[in-house]
Amino acid sequence: MLIITLLFVFILAGFVGYFVITRVPPLLHTPLMSATNAISGISLVGSLVLAGSDRGDVATWLGFIAVTAATINVVGGFLITDRMLKMFKQRLPGGGDGGRDAAKTGAGGR
Amino acid sequence: MLALFLQLPEGAAPAAAASVGLREGLIQATYLAASVLFILGLYSLTKPARAQRGMQLAALGMLVAIVGTLVNHQIVRYEWIAGGLLLGAAIGYPLGMFVPMTAMPQRIAISHMFGALAATLVGVAEFGILGGQVPHSTMAALGFEVMFGALTITGSFMAFGKLQGFVTGTPVTWRGQNAMNLTLFAATFGIFVYLVASPGHPALFYAMVAMSLAIGVLMVLPIGGADMPVVVSLLNSYAGLAAAATGFAIGNTVLIICGALDGASGFLLSVLMSKAMNRSFGNVLFGAFGAAPTASAAVGAGDRTVRSVTAEDVAVQLAYAREVIVVPGYGMAVAQCQHQVRELATLVEKKGGTVRYAIHPVAGRMPGHMNVLLAEANVPYDRLYDLEEINDKFEQADVVLVIGANDVVNPAARTDPSSPIFGMPILNVDQAKSIVVLKRSMAAGYSGVENELFYHERCAMLFGDAKTSVQTLIGSVKEV
Repeated sequence: MLIITLLFVFILAGFVGYFVITRVPPLLHTPLMSATNAISGISLVGSLVLAGSDRGDVATWLGFIAVTAATINVVGGFLITDRMLKMFKQRLPGGGDGGRDAAKTGAGGR
Repeated sequence: MLALFLQLPEGAAPAAAASVGLREGLIQATYLAASVLFILGLYSLTKPARAQRGMQLAALGMLVAIVGTLVNHQIVRYEWIAGGLLLGAAIGYPLGMFVPMTAMPQRIAISHMFGALAATLVGVAEFGILGGQVPHSTMAALGFEVMFGALTITGSFMAFGKLQGFVTGTPVTWRGQNAMNLTLFAATFGIFVYLVASPGHPALFYAMVAMSLAIGVLMVLPIGGADMPVVVSLLNSYAGLAAAATGFAIGNTVLIICGALDGASGFLLSVLMSKAMNRSFGNVLFGAFGAAPTASAAVGAGDRTVRSVTAEDVAVQLAYAREVIVVPGYGMAVAQCQHQVRELATLVEKKGGTVRYAIHPVAGRMPGHMNVLLAEANVPYDRLYDLEEINDKFEQADVVLVIGANDVVNPAARTDPSSPIFGMPILNVDQAKSIVVLKRSMAAGYSGVENELFYHERCAMLFGDAKTSVQTLIGSVKEV
């Protein structure tokens, strides 16, 4: 693919990331970190091709280690994010948390 | 697969080509689906109640992308893939399920290392396979990939060590350190530029990897424990950029998208953290404050005295208070007393008071550290307030309990221009009607600055281990 096309993808995804993440409240900043970590475990797709494409022993070994490292992040990252978010799911005895949610979202955008 | 394709009789070739094209289309479709689900997953984090569901969908997106990749025509053998997936899952599962919330900062730090390791190894292997025949643009991508990747590997490991406690948490500095680091960085970048111009030099490429590994170590050494939120966020960003560069090197869009999301997230968090300390990026990375004792640190104990109270006195105050605000800090994480704090709060609420928690952005060792700990102890998240939300509420507070926080409540940040933390936004606890500080001893905070708050007329100190103190408080409040 043309490098310029890839650059388009990179810049636009960066903007999407910026605008989505400014709206994440400080409350969830730790889960945000573990979530982005899990998602960046997508480098697994590059590692998989390397480990399986039979382009020499060295490449296969490096691929094997890369697959292992990336899988640790994917499996561990999504599990721990889920564990944390479960704790934040609880609602108040009184119910309505919508108003505070909105307030927090606003505060996150400073 | 490719070899098979080449040996096909001539007439069958177009059909096989079409099948490869179809397969490629299928793979791209799974990548597109994954990208959409990842963005929706991150977007779901803007609403705590919906976040868990959103991230589960993102995990599904990851699964789809992995399955899609496995049908790639370049993949001809699966034994190493299966081995890596199984080993990674076996290590990742306990890291995800059994690491306690108190260990979250080091857990996050080490995961940046794994991500960067994967990206760097793919980059090194890719360079090895291409040999001297690397196009300039690919070389630029590979260079970024291994530079960011390698320094994130060692940097994250150092951060992990500092947070885990096997590397000293105090800044390690020496004369000419910054000059040395900058020289090394400039040399590494010089090699990178040279390699992009003439890619066929494996020795230089590996030297660049080794130098980047060294930069990672040297970069984190001079940074102290309390600056870790910035460093961990920054390494998060670098791990993302390394992944994005991998995407450029192998022409994979989903990698670029995820890398960009990760990079943007880490960058934003580090900016937020720096702002919360009123310091620039450069100051955090090269400042190493706390290394040199400052003038204002000397003014201190002298003729002034602090007022020490007993748990019984504090219990009486708490039992009759209407508005209580708890200010947790790293000390609460160290003492692991979040469950006791929650128990105490429940008791106070039974006696008719309300309890809120004031969370400073840099309290603890990573962004959101205190929120996670308190959520673990079942504190409803709408009791957790940010700095801006709660700072005007301190005036009405009857009692403020400061548990293991120091610099983030030091009024010198507002009043004393000579203080190293002057200008840092702080929680205005000194406006409360009564302040109780739970603290082990009179030792200065991380910045080495004497805390004016402790000498305040309305402030009292409850000395001792935070966990023991809170437990005693629970007992005493019950008796009131």
